[in-house]
Amino acid sequence: MTQIFAYIPFKNGAAEDVALEYPTAAKKIDEGASLTAVVTGSGADLDKVADEMTSIYSQVIKIDHADLAYPNAEVVRKALVNIIPTDAVFLTAHDTFGMDMAPGLSVKMDSAYAADMVDFEGIDGTTLKGVRQELGGAVNIHVTIDISSGAVMTVRPGSFAPVDGGSAGGSVVDKSGDAGDLSVKRKFLEVVEAEAGDVDITKSDVLVSIGRGIEDEDNIEIAQELAEAMNSVVSCSRPIVDAKWLEKSRQVGTSGQTVKPKVYMAMGISGSFQHMGGVKGNPFIVAVNKNPKAPIFQVADVGIVEDILDFIPELTEAVNDL
Amino acid sequence: MEILVCVKRVPDTAENEFELNSAGNDLDRDDLVYSVNEWDNYAVEEAIQIVDKVGGNVTVITVGDDESEEVLRREMAMGANSGILLCDDAFEGSDGKGIAGILKAEVEKGSYDLIMSGAQADEGAGQVGGMLAAMLDYPYASLVNKIEVQDGKITVGREIEGGNQEMNEIQLPCVLSIQTGINEPRYVGIRGIRKVAKVDIPVNGADDLGIDTASVGAAGAKTKRVDYFVPDMGDGAEMLEGSTDEIIEKLIEKLKAKGGL
Repeated sequence: MTQIFAYIPFKNGAAEDVALEYPTAAKKIDEGASLTAVVTGSGADLDKVADEMTSIYSQVIKIDHADLAYPNAEVVRKALVNIIPTDAVFLTAHDTFGMDMAPGLSVKMDSAYAADMVDFEGIDGTTLKGVRQELGGAVNIHVTIDISSGAVMTVRPGSFAPVDGGSAGGSVVDKSGDAGDLSVKRKFLEVVEAEAGDVDITKSDVLVSIGRGIEDEDNIEIAQELAEAMNSVVSCSRPIVDAKWLEKSRQVGTSGQTVKPKVYMAMGISGSFQHMGGVKGNPFIVAVNKNPKAPIFQVADVGIVEDILDFIPELTEAVNDL
Repeated sequence: MEILVCVKRVPDTAENEFELNSAGNDLDRDDLVYSVNEWDNYAVEEAIQIVDKVGGNVTVITVGDDESEEVLRREMAMGANSGILLCDDAFEGSDGKGIAGILKAEVEKGSYDLIMSGAQADEGAGQVGGMLAAMLDYPYASLVNKIEVQDGKITVGREIEGGNQEMNEIQLPCVLSIQTGINEPRYVGIRGIRKVAKVDIPVNGADDLGIDTASVGAAGAKTKRVDYFVPDMGDGAEMLEGSTDEIIEKLIEKLKAKGGL
């Protein structure tokens, strides 16, 4: 029987949404698998999350140690190597912690590694079939994973349907004593909070959001004119901030702002999952992109295949004429 | 400081519209435009800036085929001092661990204080840096968007959720994966590439590295890529068609209905 362990990330005593998504992923890996939640941390927050997990998972392992108070991936990895059986399947979210911790864990456990899984299609013997995306979400690919000596996998948050918690009636097992030596060569110092910008994009009901398709810093003006006409503000995807054309506070995405507008105008944005991860509240999404294969058309409500540099000024003019 | 930067030649996502081949199981690779992985340019730029401050050398390395030499030369034109190509038929079909194992063999032949890679490449896994660090027993930090070098240790900022930055002190030698936006990679012109066109780039294969070929390539891969496919579009977007005027008219009606205007 496949043994699956799922790492529960949490903040301020509340588990991340992915905690409800692992059970679906586990069933898709192997219907008959056992599933155990693993929670690491320190003190009251940890206990609160571990208790909460007993409503979703029949077994919950907690590891309590002062060095785990902040989830430093180097420390967590050392603890997990001593707790997780080497032939088990270990799941963690494909977030900034999972990306930091998991590849090295697969080396230390001498098991297979698969990153950013978006679906599983069952197991045949010891060969697991699953789905990933490549090239920024432009293509999907089937992969096979030999789990005969275990596997470490990251799963994409939001890709597996959340289960209803409440009825698992699980219990917490304290394995803090098994964590072993947790000394590491990387010391967590502090979290520097993001700076507030001149415009708060999270407050706007309509966002005119621009991506790579804007091509040049000088062209941002046309997006600003459309935003003005629509009584909204300009937000953007990561490449615009990397190029220093707009402030970080204007960036929508998992590594930027989470926004909940009513209408999201995705202009020249390809629609990577990191970007769409910042668009919440099920807004009406309009996508304009000259590439008909852009992944954004899979998630948008309305799609238009046009070059935004031609389309935006015409739309602005039409809106202003209303 | 001796810095090694791991780079990769990848299909350029900004220059290609990806389509499947006629068999429907792989990309149509006939007219694909390849370039250096975008993240790697930031890693090389950061390495050059560190060496400009504290001295040392930047070496760029890749696991690939003959054509991968062009990305090494491009990064050398940026200012990397030397390049190493790890190339062998036995390396083909390697999974992330295979690639990390090949790199480890070369790293152990040298003496590097700092090893960097891009935070991710075309496959989007972001795995090789973390695996290499674990194989070498070096500390690792991913998604690095700030580096400050002091004596024997460095302070790094990691990009975490919500635009926040996690600051860490990390001991050398270490492995870092670099996030885009950490710097502004310098422009490389044709003249720059010409200047390094004749520089010798050593090519090392499995024998040179003392690698057991059963542990790499398709034979050693536990995770195998099977076939590409077109995702089920599900509901997908309602595509607006017609002349631009017609499209705008339809769009405005929808925006009015949804509270956009």
